[in-house]
Amino acid sequence: MTAVLEVRDLQKNFGAVIAAKDINVTVNEHEIIGIIGANGAGKTTFVNMVTGYLKPTSGQIEFAGRNIMGLPPRTITNLGISRSFQVPQVFASETVFDNLMMAYAITEASGLELLSPLYNDERAARVDSHLARYQIAEYRNATSSTLPQGVRKLLDIAMAAVSKPTILMLDEPTSGISVEEKFDLMDTIMEALRQDQTTVLFIEHDMEIVERYVSRVLAFYQGRIICDAPVAEALLDPGVREFVIGEEYHRTRTANGNGGDNGGQL
Amino acid sequence: MRYMDKTIVGLSIAFVVLFCADFFMAEWVRFIGLQSLARGAVALGLLVLWRTGLVSFGHALYFGFGAYAAAMLTLIGYHDAFFLVFAGTLAAGVLAYLLGFLLRRYRAIFFALLNMAFSMILYGVIVKTEELGSTDGFSVLTPTFLGYAPKGEAVQTTLFIFTLVFTYIITVGVHLYMKTTLGGMSMAVRENEIRVEYLGYSAEKVIHVKYVFSGLVAGFGGAIMALAIGQVDPDSMANWTVSGEFVFITILSGIGNVGATYIGALVFELIRTYAFEYAPLFWQFILGGSLLAIIMFLPDGIWSLFGRLRRSDSSESSSSSNKAPSP
Amino acid sequence: MQELIVILVDGLVFSSYLFMVSVGLTVIFGVMKILNVTHGAFYAFGAYMSATLIGAYYNTDLPEFGGFLAIFAAAIIVGVFFGIVLERGLLRFLYHRDEHIIVLATFAMFLVLEDVLLMIWGTDPYYAYEPMALLGAVDIVELTFDVYSLTLIGLAVIVALGLWLGLTKTKWGKLLLAVIFDREISQAMGINVTVVFTVTFVVGSIMGALGGAYIAPTISVSPGIGVEVIILSFAVVVIGGMGSIPGAIIGALLVGISRAAAVHKFPEIELFVIYAIMALVLAIRPEGLFAPAQARKI
Repeated sequence: MTAVLEVRDLQKNFGAVIAAKDINVTVNEHEIIGIIGANGAGKTTFVNMVTGYLKPTSGQIEFAGRNIMGLPPRTITNLGISRSFQVPQVFASETVFDNLMMAYAITEASGLELLSPLYNDERAARVDSHLARYQIAEYRNATSSTLPQGVRKLLDIAMAAVSKPTILMLDEPTSGISVEEKFDLMDTIMEALRQDQTTVLFIEHDMEIVERYVSRVLAFYQGRIICDAPVAEALLDPGVREFVIGEEYHRTRTANGNGGDNGGQL
Repeated sequence: MRYMDKTIVGLSIAFVVLFCADFFMAEWVRFIGLQSLARGAVALGLLVLWRTGLVSFGHALYFGFGAYAAAMLTLIGYHDAFFLVFAGTLAAGVLAYLLGFLLRRYRAIFFALLNMAFSMILYGVIVKTEELGSTDGFSVLTPTFLGYAPKGEAVQTTLFIFTLVFTYIITVGVHLYMKTTLGGMSMAVRENEIRVEYLGYSAEKVIHVKYVFSGLVAGFGGAIMALAIGQVDPDSMANWTVSGEFVFITILSGIGNVGATYIGALVFELIRTYAFEYAPLFWQFILGGSLLAIIMFLPDGIWSLFGRLRRSDSSESSSSSNKAPSP
Repeated sequence: MQELIVILVDGLVFSSYLFMVSVGLTVIFGVMKILNVTHGAFYAFGAYMSATLIGAYYNTDLPEFGGFLAIFAAAIIVGVFFGIVLERGLLRFLYHRDEHIIVLATFAMFLVLEDVLLMIWGTDPYYAYEPMALLGAVDIVELTFDVYSLTLIGLAVIVALGLWLGLTKTKWGKLLLAVIFDREISQAMGINVTVVFTVTFVVGSIMGALGGAYIAPTISVSPGIGVEVIILSFAVVVIGGMGSIPGAIIGALLVGISRAAAVHKFPEIELFVIYAIMALVLAIRPEGLFAPAQARKI
């Protein structure tokens, strides 16, 4: 197994509040990792720091042997780490097709190519096959702002995956999705990403989802990782059971997993 | 090309018609036409910004800068229209490039007002500079065209064709540009900058490019205006009300089509000329009233009138407000 | 030393003036998120109305100090009338539109009102120096200042204190702060945002008119006074942070004193020193010195 992402002693303070501390993680190629933890535990803050949305206070982030700490999101994206959002970030007044056309065009064009026409038939074909892979082809011509939540989530993730990233970080892919639809949605996403052999880290509140899709779990509690272990082991860990799952099971049962922490206003 | 682009066909027809008409137009009509082309070009720059989600209340800065740059060159003995207009355009473009590093960090009303602040600094400098005629400005001598030195009415006839050719090239260029990836990124930045960043491109860079372009065409419009009127002065070229007029034309034209900016500019020029002619004391009243009427009753600008006509004879309904056409 | 005192007193007077003319703008922006260009016209109407009422008042045999009442009456008449007409008659139809469109609509309204002003009062200047003459002059360290201008400082302090108390100590003020922080939630909580908007706009309009009404005795009231004011108050409000009242105070002080310094030391840069400050402040702090907190939803 080759390590692609190495995070060392990462810390983030918001004023006097410590949002993340002593974060040490090594992510290996092709791993599927679940990030769990209560609201405000530091999950989104962690994702925000790795993807450049938040600048860590101290520590080190190495991706493919290169220090990426402090780089802007666009550079990190171009290097090969992409992400989706808890609140889907799409071009709301455009159609699903146009959203992906734009995503492909920005990903593919550089320099003077930016001045070549955005639309071409080959690119449109790529968009259509991408739509099919994420099973949103039937919404091809619908305006994004009118999409059902699940489809909008898929579009958001599909856009993040356009660049075929080495690592894709998903921020609560199933939040706001009904229990019946969650597994279908995850099946679609994981199947699509498997084809690209993408390394995936995703934040999840539903332990059934975690159990089914991930090989390894990072459990966050009060800004720290309290458990980093294979999934079966992690879910039996007393700390995880007390500080994450107990509360989580309770929360998912009552609020249907709609909440989410907002580490860094995203 | 799979089909003829309707906009380019329309622009080309307008170009040929205006080119021929130039030789028969009454002098005052040509003068209005010249001013409309100059202001329309500025509005074209604002249209590009608007599609990116930005409105500037200070583009009189580049208009005035272009006009004064061209006019000042005539003071030191340069009179060739090609050189003057090129220099005015370039000067404004360089200024926009430099200020762009600051302005690209701003959005919404802050962008609009910071532009206004810079334009008022230019206004202040001009008004305080006696050498540039302070509030009275100074006159600009008749230009030559690559050695050809027209006299009398031929000056305006030639200037009109000169302006027409360049505005045609610029306008077709902008139309084609909007279909490119960089052009289309206007929409992306307007709709969601976070997504643009996470697709791996800098939203600020996109804005900077658009901003420099808007500065270039505003400088072009200013230089043309200086030659057309034969005079530069701060109040009609660099004051904040001039910036307001440009935004007015942009709103009037709507976001739908590049050619509409010239129609908008023409309508503006007509309202202004006639209001000034028939109600010199109340022309602002008429101007303000028309602007209000457009905002209330024609929210998508004049171009939407054409849209309504087209819609009534075809069942195909197109999208309306503030939206760039998809490819 | 003398020069320093002159700059300081002149600066304070000018700052108070700037605060008076810009506080209405910032109140309206703070609550309604509307940059109201018509503000300049309120100022001009306030000045004309004040000059007219003062003139009428001193044609009667009523006690001399009553002339000051005419000033406040002018501000209230103009502010209430235009505030209601504009907000109910125009702006409320535009709340759902793009913020730039609303600015442009107020710009259009400003153009219209400029000419309405001419239709009513014509192009000749008006003078209403009586209240100023009444208060006479005072010597500060061998320099003479007219007392009326100095009272402007007092008025600005009263207005600032009044607003501060009104916002923090009254129920109405607290409702207003809630609307400023999050309009949608306030609405959901049952606050009548429509009424809040109308009242805010009228209050803001009265303040704009009061700026003009109070300054009228010290100037020749003539066409075009509104244009300069709108630009000046933009600069003040943008420097301080749009929608912030402490910001308007700091912005006014910064602009007022630097302009006074420029007038006395480098008269040639007087006109653009204000915009240079504005550009500088914005370059360092994009949202102004005191940008109020806002609920952010992503």
